[in-house]
Amino acid sequence: MMWRAGLQALLSHWKRSPLQLAMLLLGLSLATALWSGVQAVNAQARASYDRAAATLGRDRLDQLVAADGNVFSQEVFVDLRRAGWLVSPVLEGDARFGTTRIHLIGIDPLTLPAEAQQVELSSNDDLISFMTPPGVMIVSEATAARLSGLDTPPLRISKDVPADTAIVDISAAQRLLGKPEQVSRLIVAPEQPLSQTPLADVAGTLVRKAPDGEGDLARLTDSFHLNLTAFGMLAFVVGLFIVYSAIGLAFEQRRPVFRTLRSLGFSAKALTGLLLAELLFFALVAGVAGVVLGYGIASLLLPDVAATLRGLYGADVPGVLSLRPSWWAAGVGIAVGGTLVSAAQSLWRVWHMPLLAPAQPRAWARASESALRIQALAALGLFGLTAALAHWGSGLVVGFSVLAAMLMGAALALPVLLAILLSLMQKQARGPLSFWFWADSRQQLPGLSLSLMALLLALAANVGVGTMVSSFRLTFTGWLDQRLAAELYITARTEDEAARLRTWLNPRVEAVLPIWNTEGDVRGQPAQIYGVANHATYRNNWPLLQSVPDVWDRVASGNSAIINEQLYRRDGLKLGDTLTLPGGWQTQIAGIYSDYGNPLAQVMVGVDALSQHYPEVSRLRYGVRLNPAKVPALREDLGRDFDLPPQNMVDQAAIKQTSLDIFEKTFAVTAVLNVLTLGVAGVAMFASLMTLSGMRLPQVAPLWAMGLTRRSLVWLELARTMVLAVLTMVAALPVGIGLAWVLLAIVNVEAFGWRLPMHLFPADWARLGGLSVLAALFAALIPLRRLARLAPTDLLKVFANER
Amino acid sequence: MLLALHGVSKSYETAEGPLAVLQDIDLDLKAGESLSLTGESGSGKSTLLHLIAGLDSPDLGQIRVLDMDMATLDDSGRAAMRRGGVGLVFQQFNLIPSLDVSANLAFHAKLAGRHDPAWQASLTERLGLTSLLHRYPEQLSGGQQQRVAIGRTLAARPKLVLADEPTGNLDEATGDSVLALMLSLVAETGAGLLMVTHSIRLADQLDRRIHLRGGRIA
Repeated sequence: MMWRAGLQALLSHWKRSPLQLAMLLLGLSLATALWSGVQAVNAQARASYDRAAATLGRDRLDQLVAADGNVFSQEVFVDLRRAGWLVSPVLEGDARFGTTRIHLIGIDPLTLPAEAQQVELSSNDDLISFMTPPGVMIVSEATAARLSGLDTPPLRISKDVPADTAIVDISAAQRLLGKPEQVSRLIVAPEQPLSQTPLADVAGTLVRKAPDGEGDLARLTDSFHLNLTAFGMLAFVVGLFIVYSAIGLAFEQRRPVFRTLRSLGFSAKALTGLLLAELLFFALVAGVAGVVLGYGIASLLLPDVAATLRGLYGADVPGVLSLRPSWWAAGVGIAVGGTLVSAAQSLWRVWHMPLLAPAQPRAWARASESALRIQALAALGLFGLTAALAHWGSGLVVGFSVLAAMLMGAALALPVLLAILLSLMQKQARGPLSFWFWADSRQQLPGLSLSLMALLLALAANVGVGTMVSSFRLTFTGWLDQRLAAELYITARTEDEAARLRTWLNPRVEAVLPIWNTEGDVRGQPAQIYGVANHATYRNNWPLLQSVPDVWDRVASGNSAIINEQLYRRDGLKLGDTLTLPGGWQTQIAGIYSDYGNPLAQVMVGVDALSQHYPEVSRLRYGVRLNPAKVPALREDLGRDFDLPPQNMVDQAAIKQTSLDIFEKTFAVTAVLNVLTLGVAGVAMFASLMTLSGMRLPQVAPLWAMGLTRRSLVWLELARTMVLAVLTMVAALPVGIGLAWVLLAIVNVEAFGWRLPMHLFPADWARLGGLSVLAALFAALIPLRRLARLAPTDLLKVFANER
Repeated sequence: MLLALHGVSKSYETAEGPLAVLQDIDLDLKAGESLSLTGESGSGKSTLLHLIAGLDSPDLGQIRVLDMDMATLDDSGRAAMRRGGVGLVFQQFNLIPSLDVSANLAFHAKLAGRHDPAWQASLTERLGLTSLLHRYPEQLSGGQQQRVAIGRTLAARPKLVLADEPTGNLDEATGDSVLALMLSLVAETGAGLLMVTHSIRLADQLDRRIHLRGGRIA
């Protein structure tokens, strides 16, 4: 009975302040939604990487691979089987069917260990059709759709095969990849006979590799997901600002009720318990709503994330969300956790509230001089930490720590800076109204500071990420112009057709530049090795970051190579270093070039040297130099004389457009999160202004009584909101630029392996400034409308003696 | 005539229907004269004061303040009248929390465009506020706050001072000294004073007294 009565008294507050309750629930739901939405996207992607990593038991079974990373003869497999080794051969590589590139995995179903069984081949018929020509390609449903109508072996669908991958018999793989009698690796069965000839005695060129627990994709994409997580976290923190402010206010307003309940026999423990129960109930309600909303956000984000991951990392993530119960539980859990963190200070105060404390509500969140001083010191400490980490630290986690310390420092410093600035303005003020305006603005600061801090974080994130993306776009566009110098890119369907094309093209165009490449391990990581022709196109256009003086002559002679920025940064290489390429061939590094958007290491050598060391290299692709005006005619001729399909003749503009599309998609998710974070900050501002408007009456009513019209009061209130929003925007600019610098100089280098020059975009800032003023205006609109429409009787209540 | 009311009535809508708060009130006040308005709680004293200050409008009747017919003034006109010619003192003090004592004292006078530093200094001294000039309202006792409120009103040299239970929040001794100070300062400025009070004892210290009962002059 006692509990019920107590709870009733506490809950009656919300009945009288439904907007405050709405703000609390909204803040918590939004925070949870953004956080759990991002987590859902990450979980979906990670599950897909795990599936890819688990292909053929790669995450559980040992493998035997060539020490130089190359393919090796099938004879080695036979020798090992004879020596008692239970191993199974695999040949992997990319094959083109039309313009569709598929990752082929050739297996030997008869020797494949049970732990590596990826697909069911249980019946004899299945096995026979799989192993005998033309064989069977086992693919996912999506891949089957992409291959439909193309000249492939018969397809069979299995949900266990990763996207853009096909499992075939090893003999079919050897045929389709043009690697007869070759093997990429051998899977080692977990159970081996006791008596076994040592590996070195049978196959000295092979090494045993431990299972790859995480998988290359998971490693490559870690940084991308960390980026998303950081954004989700930022949005969550911004949302918690609303929750903290709503809880703080509700607790302060209920102080008289708390005192009454205590004096009526509620212990501090019982009262705190009741408040905790009330908060947990709200957290559960908002948590469930937030998770549902988060599901919506995740569904909205996933297609873009999937496109980004495909474009940037070649990772295939299904665009449809499938979620586990653990995700729902985690979402509600974070809502409860966030509520408890936001309420901890208020609960602690209730617990320690003296019974005879004054019943009058204290000025809510009044920032005393000493509190501001402590805040300033904390901000200075965080800025110091930011500088120290940026100077001495390294790694992605340090990069994000720099961001976190800088943002938190800036958020804490904001009220201090605004207080100083408003005091200065007050000292400069001439008229009584302007004097009151600045003094009153300063007094409103504690009540508004949380929402202004949230706005600062959102604006700084917008400026920072916007600067980063725009800098990237500018650099990337220039880089594409340099790098895509050929007017037309042609892909032949067969080696024979390629040879005929070369002969046909040579007299008709200015140059035919081979784009031949192979893949292999370089310095223990998967790499692409390209052959480059000795032509002015490269000398004039290729975007070199560093080079020795006669770089192109040295590359053409076959003695040197140029490497991409990713390989250079990742392995700390420098000009003149020796590089061992697959097959043990050694070359010297003569240059480093930027290679945006490529997660892999890349090496460019002379095209003759490439053919000489890798005779099996695919010779199907060419860049063609000619007068751009003649491109349409040439395409027409190629179509007529070679029956070359349009997709095998791509002009420069189309490739650029595709690249730019991938680029835009890469940052589409960031843009969406940016807008959502700004939206949450807008809601925080609205919540604060609504809250304050209820407390403003006693402060503005005397001015009305002294002869100010309600209209002037409304204008002054509006001006205050605008001034604070503009000042926050101005403060957000340096923070945003700092954030952009950290993203470009630390996080991107760690995450993607390249560093970009920073450009500044004042027009974008002006637009964002306008947007923030507009957001503040909208946030202020309802509270101001309330004030403008306030009946004189409501204002008179302030002066009523019976109040 | 500083103030003249003829046939003023006012009622409020309530859940139970219209409630007549004031009915057919006539009164006047000359410059330099002081008038007390007494009555029980709910007798309409504060409402009458609010109507005179232009904070609210009557349903019937005419109110002339400083020779202006309130009915002819819009919201801006009434605000200008309060700013320029009327001073209000409330029981709840209603000081501006963001301004210190010095700025609070000067505020209304500056709004009215009649700030006189010498007069303000004199008021400050006589009200015993000299040592409190840099304090904020929250740092003052009730008596000190009410002295600031009186000082703020008188610093603007209004022709009409309207006081609503100015000593209602103070103990008897403090209330008496604050009232005595106010009366002497108002007399010095030649303003008219209309004061609402519960207390007959305090009311008797003014030139005239009107008693309200059930919204009518008794």
